[in-house]
Amino acid sequence: MSSKPDKIVVALVGQPNSGKSTIFNMLTGARQHIANYPGVTVEKKSGFFHQDGICIEPVDLPGTYSLTSYTEEERIARDFLLTESPSVVVDVMDASNLERSLYLLFQVAEMGIPIVVNLNMMDVAEKRGYKINTERLSHQLGVSVISTVGNKGRGKDKLKQAILESSKKVDAVPFHISYGDALEPILNSLEKRLSEDSGLSQRYPLRWLAVKLMENDEEAQRAVRRYSNENDQILAFVEEKTADFIQKHKKSPKKVIAVSRHSNAQKIIETSLLREKEFTRTLTDKIDSAVCNRFSGPVILAATIYTMYNLAIVQGYKITTYTWPLLAWSRDIVALLLPPEGFVFDPFIRSISLWVVDGTIAVLNYIPIFLILFALIAILEDTGYMARMAFILDRIFRHFGLHGQSVLPMIIGGLYVGGCAVPGVMACRAMKDEKAKMATIMIMPLMNCLAKIPFYVLMIGIFFAAYRGIAMFFIATITLIIALSIAKILNLTVLKKKLSAPFVMEMPPYHMPTVRGVLSRCLERTWLFVKKIITIVIAVSAVVYALLYLPGLSEERKIQFITQGNQAQQNFFNKIGRDNPYAGLITGDNLNKFSAYWNDYRKAKMGAGSQEAMEAIDQKFRTKDPEFFKIVKRGKYETKGRLIRDKQAKDVYNAYKELDKTRNRLRREQNEEIIIASFMGRTGRFIEPLTQWAGFNWRINIALISAFAAKENSVATLGGIYQSSSGEQKTLEERIKEKEGGWTPLHALAIMLFMAMYPPCIPTLMMIHLETASTKWMLFATFYPIVLGIIISILVFTGGNLLGLSGFQAMIAFYILALILLISMGLIRRETEFT
Amino acid sequence: MTLDEVTPDQECEVIDVITEDVIGQRLLDMGFIPGVRVRAVRNAPLVDPVEFLLKGYHISLRHSEAKKIEVKLL
Repeated sequence: MSSKPDKIVVALVGQPNSGKSTIFNMLTGARQHIANYPGVTVEKKSGFFHQDGICIEPVDLPGTYSLTSYTEEERIARDFLLTESPSVVVDVMDASNLERSLYLLFQVAEMGIPIVVNLNMMDVAEKRGYKINTERLSHQLGVSVISTVGNKGRGKDKLKQAILESSKKVDAVPFHISYGDALEPILNSLEKRLSEDSGLSQRYPLRWLAVKLMENDEEAQRAVRRYSNENDQILAFVEEKTADFIQKHKKSPKKVIAVSRHSNAQKIIETSLLREKEFTRTLTDKIDSAVCNRFSGPVILAATIYTMYNLAIVQGYKITTYTWPLLAWSRDIVALLLPPEGFVFDPFIRSISLWVVDGTIAVLNYIPIFLILFALIAILEDTGYMARMAFILDRIFRHFGLHGQSVLPMIIGGLYVGGCAVPGVMACRAMKDEKAKMATIMIMPLMNCLAKIPFYVLMIGIFFAAYRGIAMFFIATITLIIALSIAKILNLTVLKKKLSAPFVMEMPPYHMPTVRGVLSRCLERTWLFVKKIITIVIAVSAVVYALLYLPGLSEERKIQFITQGNQAQQNFFNKIGRDNPYAGLITGDNLNKFSAYWNDYRKAKMGAGSQEAMEAIDQKFRTKDPEFFKIVKRGKYETKGRLIRDKQAKDVYNAYKELDKTRNRLRREQNEEIIIASFMGRTGRFIEPLTQWAGFNWRINIALISAFAAKENSVATLGGIYQSSSGEQKTLEERIKEKEGGWTPLHALAIMLFMAMYPPCIPTLMMIHLETASTKWMLFATFYPIVLGIIISILVFTGGNLLGLSGFQAMIAFYILALILLISMGLIRRETEFT
Repeated sequence: MTLDEVTPDQECEVIDVITEDVIGQRLLDMGFIPGVRVRAVRNAPLVDPVEFLLKGYHISLRHSEAKKIEVKLL
């Protein structure tokens, strides 16, 4: 992609913790655009500013220590520099870490793009007693060196000016360091060789390519294979020279190159940097002696995690109770625009649209949680505590193919009881180790999200009432035991080929995060998520709707339902009689209006807590429709301060109550029939021969399958299937007991364990899709929990039956079995492979 | 000896990085090159990983990674 002549693209490179994002914000202000690099989850930020009337577009590349091809970030950064050919590169350096920063600069310089060196965080460096002679440094490197204090905006104009000036020096000879007498002749001859190859010389800076080939860089070799006509000869040449070199010097060229970069850096800072005093990180060290301490460390960690969990999940959910009415209101607006409800059947366009809207607002409902969580994660990253968390926990989690950083996502996802997998998956973003990250994301469905809890409570209430505490503890901890074992199994199998990163991790000095930095990051990430997810959710929920509701009822059955509905309406009108003055108000279309009014009134009443709230609702409905109001008040209402008992309104009330009950029954029955006949319903029946070994009959199968659309509804779905006939006042617990008389606690245990392994909800799947950038992994995360759940349920149910165990005994036996699995998984050692 | 054997507050000098794979490259990138002085700062609460100080910055390594660095005590 070539940039337009009136726009200058500037790439920002720099090492992690160099304050690169701050510089990016300083340059662009609010004019930013954030997206993902194609096919990966690394964020790509770009923005623009004007300098002397010219539009300059900075692109923030991922922070990297080096430019090898080993990590995704490094590959992205270097691919951008090579293929997008920015006009200028700004290398943002931590001024107090000059030597290491130069190591990266030398590699960038070999790419032949004009460079501006930006010494950032000068104030910190000065405080530490560093004096940097920027003029001298600029002279040695042959590029402009601009000092800044990014978070205070110091040096902004100078940096902008330097960028513009450097962009004009198109033919500037890039400086490069010498790799020593042993290697330089080889590099020169290789460079000459490469220059004769037009396929390569037009695409790559040749000095860079020569160095990379001698470093045995895989991507560079791939480039040669792809673009060179004589790739075999070139690669053979490299191989031969490398072998010679190793034999002669007993060292690989790769190592010599790295060492030369460091020694060149050292030489430069010897003349440009003055250390007034030896710096020690007193404050950071003091904090770390508590934070990383054997005793206080874990306590602080637990407190931090608890605080995060509490703020994001607990408080976040509280906030959603305030934001939910907004979303519900927008749903009502959509509902108003759609064709109105029918008596028994709703128009197709209405039901599918509302279904999709429900799915979408269910996701949008998480926004407060996202905002809090993203802000907290940004704070953890910016302060430097994230690195400490990984440091403390790595030892435990590593045994299961996870990482010290896995614990935070797991807690958020519901490690103990009650979390949410959506932000849990999202919290994996900060993980650098691809393999551990994938494992963490994949076990997220096994965590106990809030939506599973009511189901557990219901089942335990019916079947394990005597051991309530133990059963709850069992279900809360068994998921962790299984999740860790699964993580290890995945690690040994499907994730075997994923790249694992070395742990080698910088422990940066503690740092006070800025409000602006935290806020902008949390808003950016939330926006990115919302933007992406909406379209996918719409598509997926429409598909799920089709699977659950198509092909629908036969014409014949449909007519039967409609006839029954008409019959009920006829009875209703007969009951209230022609003479009733209200009859005229609720005939024809008005009956639908009244239904809506009736339902709204009941819903509003149910939500009202206090006497005042009740009265306010009454007032509202009275103004909305005074006549309907008389009916819903059963004929008891006040007019001009007088209490009226309106017998005719009361009759209508009683008759309508009967009609409403019939209507709801018909709607529920047709809904159930449709689901049973649907693709998912037929699947439920079809798999009964298998699931019977797990103790599930087809009714349970359907309830479990349809819960896929929203796990929160699993109890409601069961409620629908085990509906009470003609308004008996029985609890769902009693109804299930009654209808499934043969059920034992063993059945319940099997179904609870299946629920614990239940596949993730649609928003979580979308999040997995977003974070793994792969449909394949999303599908895997959907289907493996089903298989796992079936296997476990069959094991428990059939195994328990064969051994004659009671539900409680089976629970204990399964727990012990899972623990044994966990321990043996932890003991399997596998040498980590990195390539 | 190798770096994993260095205990907190001991200081050593790097002799060589004895692997060529990703870990080796990463260690070289982070400045573990011959002649550099490294001090072990502290162990994690469960002993592994270990925090090291070199050239004014702190890096934590697992024992398995520190094993790849040959050092001599100072």
